[in-house]
Amino acid sequence: MIPAAFEYVKASSVAQVIALLNQHGEDAKVIAGGHSLLPAMKLRLSQPAVLIDIAAVSELKGIKTNGGTLTIGAGETYHAIATSNTVKNACPVIAACTGQIGDIQVRNAGTIGGALAHADPAADLTAVFLALGGTVTVQNAGGTRTIAADDMFVSMLMTALDSGELITAVNVPVLSKGQGASYAKLKHPASRYAIVGVAAVVTVSNGVVSACRVAVTGAGPQAVRQPSVEKALIGTSGDAAAIKAACASAGADMEYLGDIHASEEYRRAMVKVYAARALTDAIAAARA
Amino acid sequence: MAKITVTVNGSTHTSTVEDRTLLVNFLREQLNLTGTHVGCDTSQCGACVVLVDGKSVKSCTTLAARCDGASVTTIEGLSTDGSMHPLQEGFWECHGLQCGYCTPGMIMAATDLLTQNPNPTDEEIRHGLEGNLCRCTGYHNIVRSVQYAAAKMRGEVVSSQNA
Repeated sequence: MIPAAFEYVKASSVAQVIALLNQHGEDAKVIAGGHSLLPAMKLRLSQPAVLIDIAAVSELKGIKTNGGTLTIGAGETYHAIATSNTVKNACPVIAACTGQIGDIQVRNAGTIGGALAHADPAADLTAVFLALGGTVTVQNAGGTRTIAADDMFVSMLMTALDSGELITAVNVPVLSKGQGASYAKLKHPASRYAIVGVAAVVTVSNGVVSACRVAVTGAGPQAVRQPSVEKALIGTSGDAAAIKAACASAGADMEYLGDIHASEEYRRAMVKVYAARALTDAIAAARA
Repeated sequence: MAKITVTVNGSTHTSTVEDRTLLVNFLREQLNLTGTHVGCDTSQCGACVVLVDGKSVKSCTTLAARCDGASVTTIEGLSTDGSMHPLQEGFWECHGLQCGYCTPGMIMAATDLLTQNPNPTDEEIRHGLEGNLCRCTGYHNIVRSVQYAAAKMRGEVVSSQNA
């Protein structure tokens, strides 16, 4: 299959991307790794008139820590992130998550900015970003702004990004002693997309869970937090019984999608299972 | 239309392509390099894997226009002076194929794998080739083929019996 005709522009700077987005409006699409967009274009689900390629924009590269924040350039690929010692030391759950997206060819192409901007219902990074409580740095014609993870995912394939805006960087907290994070997923065997994926970030202080964020992807139209699970776990020891009790409400209050790969009922059941697995690993990491 | 200059298997080609041309179609239809196969066309099966600047990519989901200035290696570029690359020899010696449709993609993905990890375990080979689907062999002999090549590329004496 071949996409509908379009004009291709290889961008060399963020300013050029913003200018093109403003010039062409809804007719333009940004392409990064392209492993979501090109398949959609082959099926004519997306038919942009202008395709702006940001893969060669060097401003979108770079991985660094600054105090308590790990900043990853939006154009960094999953493979670069998964194999980065800076990421492994600062926020290992991001490296673990990106290392299990798709396959090596997908990881050589796909980018963290692309994953969050596209917001596929079965993307892995959306849940991890949400559980970490990260932010994205966004550029538009007027300057830059920041969008918090809790505000980012609006509905299926819809984010808080406005037209004419580009994610330039993703910021997540550097995990410190007493904090642990994990991402557990039931993967589709061919695509490796999450049928259900759960990310958990936990802080344990003096043997008690003092903070907890849990987010689910794959099961519904967009990544969502699980406030009832978080609330039930905080103040407990975080042992197996506490996790089991907290996960009884996992996935109770959210929308679901069912398809040929897994029914809504199956996804509902698996959210509880994978929430418990993610929390068990996150709490173990927090105690380590 | 986009004018692109791409080095493919060491030869530089300057071509004019439609902006929407996929790398796999450029290789197969303009350069007549039909060793790179189109399988699923949805970036899942890996039959179309080639190396772009040394990294394995799925050429059915890569625009040719993006590859302007890049260096591409396809299955046709692996053998030198008529002698097989160790991976080609491994697939030959260890019966790593039946119908052969997935083989070029398997070998190109394995090339990337062995560049990054010259001494992989069977598990690492299976994980490294997870983007390549074979519908004939059940993967067992493919793993042996890659082990054969890995050993040979490390300079060890190999045969299909001990791979």
